[in-house]
Amino acid sequence: MNNILNVSPSPHQQSPETTRKLMYGVVIALLPALAASIYYFGVGAIIVTLTSVLSCVAVEYVVSKYILKVKPSISDGSAIVTGLLLAFNVPSNLPVHVIVIGAIIAIGVAKMTFGGLGNNPFNPALVGRVFLLISFPVQMTSWPVPSGFKTGYTDAVTGATPLGLLSEGVRNGETVSAIMEKVPSHMQMFYGYMGGSMGEVAAAALIIGGIYLLWKKIITWHIPVSILLTVTVFTGILWLANPVKFADPLFHLLTGGLMLGAIFMATDYVTSPMTHKGMIIYGIGIGVITVLIRNWGAYPEGVSFAILIMNAVVPLLNMYIKPRRFGKEVKNG
Amino acid sequence: MFKTFPQGGIHPPDNKLTVDKPIVVLPLPSQVTVPVSQHIGAPATPVVEKGEAVMTGQIIARAKGFVSANIHSPVSGKVNKIELVTDTTGYKQMAVMIDVEGDEWIETIDRTVTFVKEVAMTREQIIERCQLCGLAGMGGATFPTHIKLTVPAGKKCDLVIINGVECEPYLTSDHRLMLEKGPEVLTGTTIIMKALGVEKAIIGIEANKPDAINHLTVLSKDFKGVTVQPLKVKYPQGGEKQLIKACTGLEVPSGGLPLDVGVVVQNVGTAFAVYEAVQKNKPLIERVVTVTGKSVSNPGNFLVRIGTPVTRLIEAAGGMPDDTGKVVNGGPMMGKALAMTDVPVTKGTSGIILFPAEEAQRSEVMPCIRCGKCSSACAMGLEPYLLAAASERSMWEKAEKEKITDCMECGACSYTCPAKRPLLDYIRLGKTTVMRLARERITK
Repeated sequence: MNNILNVSPSPHQQSPETTRKLMYGVVIALLPALAASIYYFGVGAIIVTLTSVLSCVAVEYVVSKYILKVKPSISDGSAIVTGLLLAFNVPSNLPVHVIVIGAIIAIGVAKMTFGGLGNNPFNPALVGRVFLLISFPVQMTSWPVPSGFKTGYTDAVTGATPLGLLSEGVRNGETVSAIMEKVPSHMQMFYGYMGGSMGEVAAAALIIGGIYLLWKKIITWHIPVSILLTVTVFTGILWLANPVKFADPLFHLLTGGLMLGAIFMATDYVTSPMTHKGMIIYGIGIGVITVLIRNWGAYPEGVSFAILIMNAVVPLLNMYIKPRRFGKEVKNG
Repeated sequence: MFKTFPQGGIHPPDNKLTVDKPIVVLPLPSQVTVPVSQHIGAPATPVVEKGEAVMTGQIIARAKGFVSANIHSPVSGKVNKIELVTDTTGYKQMAVMIDVEGDEWIETIDRTVTFVKEVAMTREQIIERCQLCGLAGMGGATFPTHIKLTVPAGKKCDLVIINGVECEPYLTSDHRLMLEKGPEVLTGTTIIMKALGVEKAIIGIEANKPDAINHLTVLSKDFKGVTVQPLKVKYPQGGEKQLIKACTGLEVPSGGLPLDVGVVVQNVGTAFAVYEAVQKNKPLIERVVTVTGKSVSNPGNFLVRIGTPVTRLIEAAGGMPDDTGKVVNGGPMMGKALAMTDVPVTKGTSGIILFPAEEAQRSEVMPCIRCGKCSSACAMGLEPYLLAAASERSMWEKAEKEKITDCMECGACSYTCPAKRPLLDYIRLGKTTVMRLARERITK
């Protein structure tokens, strides 16, 4: 009976879920897409992924230990997730030094300058990606043609993405049906047989990861479904109105970074709204901006920009979109 | 068929280790310590003196005013001393200590086991009897029962809900009571209905107690107006507002009481105590307490006299395991940790849980990742992360505007937080501060 009793306020038990488990859950969910990337882009995908993950973790370690002088928090797994997502958002032939610069911007600037995990207003991986897109436009828009381990690394044969072909074709006055002759079939795109950033191509693998995230309750359906539904409806209206100038909704769903963005990037806890209502508004915003950029913007693809723009709206959404307070507007009887 | 409240809620592991353990009568201790304040309201005033002989059931401290409750001697023997002792809350308060000698009950108490179904008393007599017998809510909040049975002028009550939810993990005292004292609980329900002038009563029971649901459903056919409502398992369904919402769909307004929607909620244990008081003239001198924990060798449900040291209860459950790191009075979600086990069982003690040392420590606190799980878990539709942050920064007006006073401190937010942030600690600080500031505004 010499036990020393702990005294603390209730509750006296905590759920087994931890930040670390959530982060590693996301890593597991990204594995099918990673496998698909390696299948399509071979050694380039491996080099890009390893470089990105290692440099993101290293940057976080160095910044927290030597600049912020706090206990490095790399074990929480968030730097690994950012590293993976950054790799997924760049072409598989991107040179190592460019990836390292991307990692320094993503973790060093977009995350740590705001105080580290939980405080960054913008998705770090996307900030890194957009920085690279603006700074290295040539390297960031050369897309290796998927041919497995024959693809090579920086010496890969490159081609255009389906969205690039669409954007260029429409600008040159071609009809959508003529452009569709030049791009892979919808089925090929679903499995990922097309040019693009290394992790975004395989919609099938990304959806498997998304189902895992939903099953493990790491994310809720609100953000991905509202983004995908908005894109479907918006592009569907355009397509029905003018099928000569606008591509069909399925094409838009399967191309570019939409699946990766909707399932993995927009659902980042830190930079997305706290309430379900807010999440739906946020998702609709991302969907609308994506379609606007894809059809009328200077870039063929707009998911990254759409998410970053809506990231900026999140504090407002959190301030004005509140959960329904119990007993506030009572309508009894 | 299974109803629940729609918003928020969590599913902590059940851990109802003592569900199959029948209620065992605990032998009398050699000394009891009976605090004069075991209820919400003014402490009772001791009416016995040192050295005086007392009998079981005799009043030893009289209620001070309306919002208070009588305290009766749970044993017979001699008053050893009346002095300040530490109670389960950790505060010092006046208590009557009695050395136990035999077990002589006062004659007016009917100690036979015969079940009395017919309620002979009038409304006024019932309320008076509950007041005399020192009844207080047995669910943990210990609000004097006679006040809850008195409908204030201008209010109307048309439904009684009996709380058999027992949504706290580990605890099984209410469950066992429903199984073993079904007719008594139902008669107690009928008495409460009569006191409030109500035709209808619903007994809400969660689906993890199918035996209790079946048992009471069958028995309730003989009790006019009483029905059993099975509920989906979800914490905090035992919260009054959540239980009313689950059973009726009615929503108690923010800052309001159940009577604002015409409902009075009473705990199963209270219904049983009402039966004993009204039908048997027995004051509240004993209660069922679950003593449990993963390392406890003989966990069980014990019928104990008020004032029995918690140490005695733990001995009855096989002694304190070597790995014990925390002892909680009440459930794991809302109970209070005890600094020492040498404190008495009171009217509100529903369980004693012994946690092994590895579960007694909180996990390391990580930064908030803004996942929103706390808001999704909050059954009151609050934003715990925001309230905690406002409290942490002393932003009291912000906390008040965001309805911090609606928080019932169920702990679902702190439980669910993956970053293990002490959300409820900060919210409690904010809530008490906001309430104090509000009181000061009124008195100015």
